[in-house]
Amino acid sequence: MKAVELVHVDQKFPNMSYKALDDVSLKIEQGEFVTILGSSGCGKTTLIKMINRLYQPDKGEIRLFDEEISKKDPVQLRRKIGYVIQQIGLFPHMTVYENIATIPRILKWDKTKIEEKVQEMLHLVGLEPKEYRNRYPAQLSGGQQQRIGLARALICDPDIMLLDEPFGAIDAINREKLQNELKSIHSKSKKTYLFVTHDIREAFKLGTRVIVMNRGKILQYDTPEEIRQNPADGFVSDLIQTMEDAPGTGNEEL
Amino acid sequence: MIRYLTEHYELLGNAFAEHLWLVLVTLVLSLLVSALLSLVLIRSEKASNLVIQLFGVIYSIPSLALFAILIPVTGLGDKTAILVLCAYNQYLLLRNILTGMRNVDRNLLEAGTGMGMSSWQLLRTVQIPLAMPSILAGIRLSIISTTGITTIAAAIKAGGLGTVLFSGMRTMNVYKILWGTILCVVIALIADLGLKQIENRVEKKLGGMRTEA
Ligand SMILES: Nc1ncnc2c1ncn2[C@@H]1O[C@H](COP(=O)(O)OP(=O)(O)OP(=O)(O)O)[C@@H](O)[C@H]1O
Ligand SMILES: [Mg+2]
Repeated sequence: MKAVELVHVDQKFPNMSYKALDDVSLKIEQGEFVTILGSSGCGKTTLIKMINRLYQPDKGEIRLFDEEISKKDPVQLRRKIGYVIQQIGLFPHMTVYENIATIPRILKWDKTKIEEKVQEMLHLVGLEPKEYRNRYPAQLSGGQQQRIGLARALICDPDIMLLDEPFGAIDAINREKLQNELKSIHSKSKKTYLFVTHDIREAFKLGTRVIVMNRGKILQYDTPEEIRQNPADGFVSDLIQTMEDAPGTGNEEL
Repeated sequence: MIRYLTEHYELLGNAFAEHLWLVLVTLVLSLLVSALLSLVLIRSEKASNLVIQLFGVIYSIPSLALFAILIPVTGLGDKTAILVLCAYNQYLLLRNILTGMRNVDRNLLEAGTGMGMSSWQLLRTVQIPLAMPSILAGIRLSIISTTGITTIAAAIKAGGLGTVLFSGMRTMNVYKILWGTILCVVIALIADLGLKQIENRVEKKLGGMRTEA
């Protein structure tokens, strides 16, 4: 089954010389881990926000599990989609626990269930619950905040996860660890992941398929091996070159 | 001076109580009105600016003039006074409530919306708590302003410390004027200090938590 399907989606913002999304069509199978790669301003975040209806496309259709989303209640839709925003967006007046428990509380889960789930999520992202659950976001490092953002998005076990540069503020070593953990969370869950990054190694390591974007267009959408062997155009092959020029450092940024 | 207080204890006490009552009723009513208005206006920035501007204009009308305008409509007495005082307060309260809620980091709203909070849930659990310092500052200002303007309301027979002041002026009684003034300042100061305390506590609770990326 197709978890996500975009059909000829266009999005233009005022005062832009190019479209943020330019006739974007793509299909993502359920259970895939798709990474979205591209330089700053190419439309990665815009693409993500189309899927949970934070943006409405100017043109085109978006379907999740074969259902056109523009007809669905956005609030209900979003509760089935985990979302880690690029700016982290933890609520500063709530503790780690309250942040992670936000949606479960709204859904009126049983208190002990919330407690258990929050603990589980904190372990999952590698933070000791006892030490961190009562802290406020300001009392965490940038990387720890990003982990809480991830935990908050995962707690309701969403069918689709949208991750917008979730590891941007994490150092190389911990990033490596979290990448591995995320990969194993994904493979256990059979859910569909969309993961934005501008780190080509991260994109190739995590993605079962990779979307390469530039100026609102999808240049190539394929498996990492296929992209490496048959880059669609000069932009893509230049991109691969940057990775091969600096082997082993593991953190190339576009 | 002190003797005047002990001799006219009842007069001053009654005026003080009346004054406090007017300030309190005004505060409660104007908070209700501004809360309702804010809930409606938060949806549109244009409309909020317009309404705030409108109340700004009203706020700039001298109170005596506004009382005079309303006397033919609502008559003399505390009803008219409270109406005018509430109208004045709307400017202070709406401005603080709405800017407080507007200034909440857009990314937080996007994060909340994105994970499936309704706009009401977002308002209740994110926007209003984070706007609290600004809302409390608005309440503090409005109490101070009401305390002052209420003295003028004595001119339309609304009672309160203004009665003492006006009669003091008429009879050239310095003690009356002084005591009337002191008691006004007491109300304003207590409200100011008390609310500052609460503001500080709320601020501390939110303390340093706004440095978040
Ligand atoms: N709400 C908006 N209003 C106006 N312009 C926007 C808006 N959101 C995005 N844009 C513009 O659309 C383009 C694509 O933005 P987008 O955020 O999707 O880029 P991105 O690929 O996520 O970049 P980055 O890697 O820097 O996060 C940019 O030129 C941006 O300025
Ligand atoms: Mg982005």
